[in-house]
Amino acid sequence: MNTVKLTINGKQYEIEKGTFVLKACSDIGIDIPTMCHDERLVPSGSCRLCQVEVEGWGKLHTACTTQVKEGMVIHTHSEKVVKARQDLLDMLISNHPLDCLTCESAGACKLQDLCYEYGITEGTYRWEMSKPYYDDTNPFYTFDASKCILCGLCVRVCDELQGTNAIGFENRGFETLVATPFGEGLENSTCVSCGNCVSVCPVGALEPRSKMKFRQWEIETTRTTCSYCGVGCQMDLKTKNNRVVGVEPAFDAHNEGLLCVKGKFSYNFLSHPDRLTMPLVRKDGVLVETTWDEAYNVITSKMKQTKEDFGSDSFAGLTSARCTNEDNYMFQKMFRSTLGTNNVDHCARL
Amino acid sequence: MITKEKLFEIKEKTKPSLVEKLLEGDRVEFRGDDLVLKGEYYKKQVRIALKNCDIIDPTDIDEYIAFDGYFALLKALTEQEPGDVVAEITESLLRGRGGAGFPTGRKWNEAYKFDADKKYIICNADEGDPGAFMDRSILEKDPHSVLEGMAIGGYAIGSDQGYIYVRAEYPMAVKRLEIAIKQAKEYGLLGNNIFGTGFNFDIELRLGSGAFVCGEGTALMESIEGRRGMPRPKLYRTAHKGLWGKPTIINNVETLANVPAIMNKGAKWFRSIGTEESPGTKVFALVGKVENAGLVEVPMGMTLREIVFDIGGGAQDGKEYKAVQTGGPSGGCIPADLIDTPVDFESLGKIWSIMGSGGMVVMDENTCMVDIAKFFLDFSVDESCGKCVPCREGTKRMHEILDRITKGEGVEGDIERLENLSKTVSSTSLCGLGQTAPNPVITTIKYYRHEYEAHIKDKSCPAKSCKALIKYEITDDCIGCTRCAKVCPVVAITGKVKEKHLIDQAICIKCGACYDVCPVDAISII
Repeated sequence: MNTVKLTINGKQYEIEKGTFVLKACSDIGIDIPTMCHDERLVPSGSCRLCQVEVEGWGKLHTACTTQVKEGMVIHTHSEKVVKARQDLLDMLISNHPLDCLTCESAGACKLQDLCYEYGITEGTYRWEMSKPYYDDTNPFYTFDASKCILCGLCVRVCDELQGTNAIGFENRGFETLVATPFGEGLENSTCVSCGNCVSVCPVGALEPRSKMKFRQWEIETTRTTCSYCGVGCQMDLKTKNNRVVGVEPAFDAHNEGLLCVKGKFSYNFLSHPDRLTMPLVRKDGVLVETTWDEAYNVITSKMKQTKEDFGSDSFAGLTSARCTNEDNYMFQKMFRSTLGTNNVDHCARL
Repeated sequence: MITKEKLFEIKEKTKPSLVEKLLEGDRVEFRGDDLVLKGEYYKKQVRIALKNCDIIDPTDIDEYIAFDGYFALLKALTEQEPGDVVAEITESLLRGRGGAGFPTGRKWNEAYKFDADKKYIICNADEGDPGAFMDRSILEKDPHSVLEGMAIGGYAIGSDQGYIYVRAEYPMAVKRLEIAIKQAKEYGLLGNNIFGTGFNFDIELRLGSGAFVCGEGTALMESIEGRRGMPRPKLYRTAHKGLWGKPTIINNVETLANVPAIMNKGAKWFRSIGTEESPGTKVFALVGKVENAGLVEVPMGMTLREIVFDIGGGAQDGKEYKAVQTGGPSGGCIPADLIDTPVDFESLGKIWSIMGSGGMVVMDENTCMVDIAKFFLDFSVDESCGKCVPCREGTKRMHEILDRITKGEGVEGDIERLENLSKTVSSTSLCGLGQTAPNPVITTIKYYRHEYEAHIKDKSCPAKSCKALIKYEITDDCIGCTRCAKVCPVVAITGKVKEKHLIDQAICIKCGACYDVCPVDAISII
């Protein structure tokens, strides 16, 4: 491995060449704040919070865009660095509503966390605020520009990972706004409501619509597999009082922090009263709840009987894209070898 | 296809009659072998980038060829290897005239050494500093010099495609460039197999849509690629990975206009002009409250005094000269006692200003330095792309403070707040725009702190310029001519004919119309 030797906060390290300072530091357990960085995206260097001091390099340098070099002496939390971060956070919070009491993201807001860590209160420059803009035309999530810190994560995820390019930046400078083309709103854009922008928003600007009120610290998370298709995306269900109130994509799985509209937003059926939670069998013309054992017994005995009475080709099987490849394979095998028919198909062909 | 012989033929055919015609017009004279513009204003100037401006017809390629146009390209293509061209430019120590002053040869060398299937050369003609029109003049009056410089650059680094990124607000420059490119293509000076050497080079125009930040190299490339003009983080050198991820060289108009002259006359000649570290000349747009405003091209190292007084004729209307601002919104204000500073990259940097692209705004006694800082910051606030936090939020806050101060609403601690914000914005911003935006504030606080203090503590504007802090009054000298009363747009002035008039301060909007019109200077500003 091609490595370089460098000093970070007084300690010597040997790190692979080409690694960005931010990654190098996170690998060795040094936490550098950032609001705009995402390992999956091309570094943007827009929040400027990850700046570090490199001895002999003059001004500060963003750790997300600087690669490690031989002999570098880096200070990630020197007085100069901390002061710069405080000033930047002060600028951000000065142009941000202080409605943490009612904000859905309170407790899961990076701006809140960093302001707490760096001792910033209400902001020195609470003068002119960005013009309010609110887009609630999407059925699954809302956008509140007054809370947006313009980190650009949503725009970049939509462009670089989702490939939809539904949103971009509008206007310049202090008036910059994340918006849809020609200001026509999310409803009239090419947005596919995948919600990947919502998943990366570090503050409360992009919020999923939720039927239940909850605070971020009240929830439990449970890792599970999305059951909507065979891809098997991993996700964390957020639950309060044993009820699902939200979904976050898993970053450490093959879906790498992405979900589609179904996985991200379609969970309300889970607690719907019409949902079947037990197998049903028809007894005397009425469907009644039963055990899985009994249900399987009914299925196998009926299959045997039907095969005897009417032959193999009296069966037809249709399986679903919501099953995995393995399930689908087993299904057609059961039809071909056990029931003895080729009458088997899949919803993806319809 | 054009040949060496054909080029010589055009020159021989065009030059004698052209020179005769020009001399008859009595606007030019010979200085050595060179034809230069006549007059006191041009005596101290040395014109390299502007050498053809106002002399040749920019829409006639033959006139450009008559004064050795495209001979530098001929020499490079037929007598030199690309490496030799890079070496010649490196040797000349030509430095980027867009403002940063990076050595052009070193820049070219980076792309020359880098192996790639495609390389680009871009001419940055997105001139945007308020009051600056150096590049515009070159593009409008001598477009071929830029095309030739680009073709030489293309040959040097191994590029066959050039782009000129020119602002759409320069319609005449765009038109002249289109004509020049068409003519050069017709002659075979652009296109395939130039001079039969097998070298291909084409140039296309790309029009900017009025964003100042697109003058920043990477934002410009984003714009050419069809995206929103926002600077990229500097992950790679653009000389290695620039436009569409390919090695790209980006040079300013004036830099490129210098290239043919250097190739024709040699690096040694170029270094004999200007200073050791900043050879050659620099074009300045001398504007503001100066007697003779206009474009000047002077050897580097000439003092501000020579430029402002000897060429510019000092402050307008006999007023007292106060300061000069160089480098536009990224530059600094230089006070009168530093007037003997030589103008070169290093010397200006030492006094907290920058060379910049060449804007030089002269200020007189009536210029309020707080107001000037506000003016330039207003520009930066408007032009910030909004990508990074310090430039987007910080410059806005600085502008708000300055606005308060000029309105007489400044409070104790505002200067310190400005200094603190300046420091953070300049040290943490992503691109040059944000990094240099606080410069006008930093320099005016440094050299004119007392003016800031007067605004904040005494609620007065020493230059008598900030409307909120001044009052117009009529003195006993008034002859009662009534002209002031007639001109007042809000009828704030009353008085009988031949009697002293009076201004009602509650109505007065401080427009200054009465002040300008009074024949006996009976209106005073306090």
